[in-house]
Amino acid sequence: MLRAATWQGPSGLTEYAVTCETGNARRVLIVPPLFDEHNKLRHFLAETMRALATHATDSVLPDLPGTNESLAPLEAQTLAGWRQAVASAASQLGATHLLAVRGGALVLPGELPALACAPVSGPAILRGMIRARVIADREAGRESEREALLAMGRSEGIELAGYRLGAGLLRELESAEPAEAPAIAQADLGGAGLWLRAEPAHDPAQSLALARIVAERLA
Amino acid sequence: MASNLPIPVADAGGDADLVLRQVLQDVLGLSPEQVAAMDADSGLFGHLPELDSMAVAGLLTEIEDRLDIIVEDDEVDGEMLETYGGLLAFVCAKRAEG
Repeated sequence: MLRAATWQGPSGLTEYAVTCETGNARRVLIVPPLFDEHNKLRHFLAETMRALATHATDSVLPDLPGTNESLAPLEAQTLAGWRQAVASAASQLGATHLLAVRGGALVLPGELPALACAPVSGPAILRGMIRARVIADREAGRESEREALLAMGRSEGIELAGYRLGAGLLRELESAEPAEAPAIAQADLGGAGLWLRAEPAHDPAQSLALARIVAERLA
Repeated sequence: MASNLPIPVADAGGDADLVLRQVLQDVLGLSPEQVAAMDADSGLFGHLPELDSMAVAGLLTEIEDRLDIIVEDDEVDGEMLETYGGLLAFVCAKRAEG
């Protein structure tokens, strides 16, 4: 059963987490995808947590500061800050392992054994968000251009696809690569990535597959 | 949902047509039958409310990855995105360049 829990974020604010626990020794902290992909995959992540419980694995899904229910401003967040927050959440919430999903692999701290599901690089994330901004601007009758948007973002931050990114986060995303952790390929989940969906959707078979693979590989 | 179901290929476009239909299936969550029924006039951007700018950006990135082409931002316009035929013609032209 999924329950709400709290932990103390690095800035001192209380942050939320979802937990699924039945007293197992193994407790996986899920590092969520970033930005739009978190919304698209939220249902998938929650069902994966339920599926992990059937493999004798407890799980916890914390909000990264500035995302989801967090009251911290997104604009003030950085990849380095999120990495520190994940390490802190893992310690406070008693995680024994980490499972990063998509952009979550950019903020994996090194302390615990980890797996990365379909990891994605910072430049790939940024490329999609900039492109969305250019397309939206064009629809609104404004011409915008990738390099000019990036230059603005580097100096003063920028709003992309509804997310207000600070200059520090944008600069980090331009070169961020997934942390070194064994990867789980999307193809192994038996379907196309649910982050591709224009409308958030779920595929129960993919959650079951991910939970089974995680349980096998962390055993 | 299986992602590699056989889909009838139109004469024009060859494997680009196949890949494009597959990407649309994955992005729009359509059945193989629905996506096979798309023709050149089937409306996309501006016709499907769920296909917003972020979804289009993801769609183009996925097409780039699967067909090994690069789409420049200034090549993206309403005309190429408006119909299936427009998008297929654009993709085929990009492949011919490469």
